[in-house]
Amino acid sequence: MRFRKRQRLLIVGLALLLLAGASALVLAALGDSVAFFVTPSEIAAGEAEPGRRLRIGGLVAEGSLSRLPDGTVRFRVTDTREEVTVTYRGLLPDLFREGQGVVVTGTLRPDGTFAADEVLAKHDERYMPKEVADALEEAGYWEGAPRGEKR
Amino acid sequence: MHRLANPRRFRRLADRVWPWTLAAMLLLLPVGLVWALVVAPPDYQQGDAARIMYVHVPAAWLATFVYAVIVVSAVVALVWRHPLAEVAGRAAAPIGAAFTFVALVTGAIWGKPMWGTWWVWDARLTSVLILFFLYLGYIALHDAFDDPQRGGRAAAILALVGAVDLPIIKFSVEWWNTLHQPASVLRLDGPTIAPEMLWPLLVMVAVFKLYFVTVWLLAIQTRLAERRIHTLWARRSAVEARPAAGSPSPAPASPAG
Repeated sequence: MRFRKRQRLLIVGLALLLLAGASALVLAALGDSVAFFVTPSEIAAGEAEPGRRLRIGGLVAEGSLSRLPDGTVRFRVTDTREEVTVTYRGLLPDLFREGQGVVVTGTLRPDGTFAADEVLAKHDERYMPKEVADALEEAGYWEGAPRGEKR
Repeated sequence: MHRLANPRRFRRLADRVWPWTLAAMLLLLPVGLVWALVVAPPDYQQGDAARIMYVHVPAAWLATFVYAVIVVSAVVALVWRHPLAEVAGRAAAPIGAAFTFVALVTGAIWGKPMWGTWWVWDARLTSVLILFFLYLGYIALHDAFDDPQRGGRAAAILALVGAVDLPIIKFSVEWWNTLHQPASVLRLDGPTIAPEMLWPLLVMVAVFKLYFVTVWLLAIQTRLAERRIHTLWARRSAVEARPAAGSPSPAPASPAG
């Protein structure tokens, strides 16, 4: 009886080990295709072809936001190394502002600008009251809007 | 653990534990709710909308925690064949499924104003949705067999296979680009959430955990009682089946407590 229990434990353990190994291989093979978005650096490296739908994630560059008379919004998405200019027509989410993380969906034009038909705001992992945010900013520890998100 | 596996002993222990967990939960719930919804400061960016995290995060943590409980019960049920472990896993499943659902729904409600969308197929959201289906599959498979032992074993194997989803959920926000933000509390370099928001969150986490323990213990006891009724019933119908026999032979009933 003891022997059979040990045998079952061994089988379950081995099965779990195999399963973990198999899923690790699958996850490694999936790799970047699971990524929800690509970064401007990856665009600059030529990893995205024009005309195909894709998502770009990054921060809205400071001072890059402008609204054209026809209602189109123009801004640059940056990962602090490379930038992509994005145009978009439509409603922007609450959290959208300069310095804020965004994920835009659309297609890359041949001229290198990005025509977005969806803009999602990406919230970061920081939660704090307004007073703390202001105090941090005043003390110069932190520049107000979330930035430097890239790992 | 072998001692605990005795259903009668377990029942006595559970009867002593659950009133206390229930009382602690009822005591902490108003504290946590008022602290989270009134006292805690609004977030500097999201304002009061951030308060949904006081429900969303405890629910999501409970969702993964309960699944881990089911995985442990599955291992014990498969290796040591303790009937109590099987009952414990099956009793936890509906609770876990419910809280996974709560996490998904509250996340969607928060996502619409903050992200600008109810749902995206990023790695975190998708892996939690898979967890929800794992719960449903576990419950369905467990109850799909006429022989509860076979159902329990099949469901336990499914639970084990599904265990790979837990690390994927936890680390999805680090391994891949996701729309969901990375961890705020359980991270190597310490929480990135202000203490005056972290404390009410931890109280709410405790409330949810206490709720789970209470309901779980009651659910296990209900299932044990159900099994016992079935056994007694089977015994009685076995006796009635042969009224001619002088003395009813001891029923070949299953070894339920």
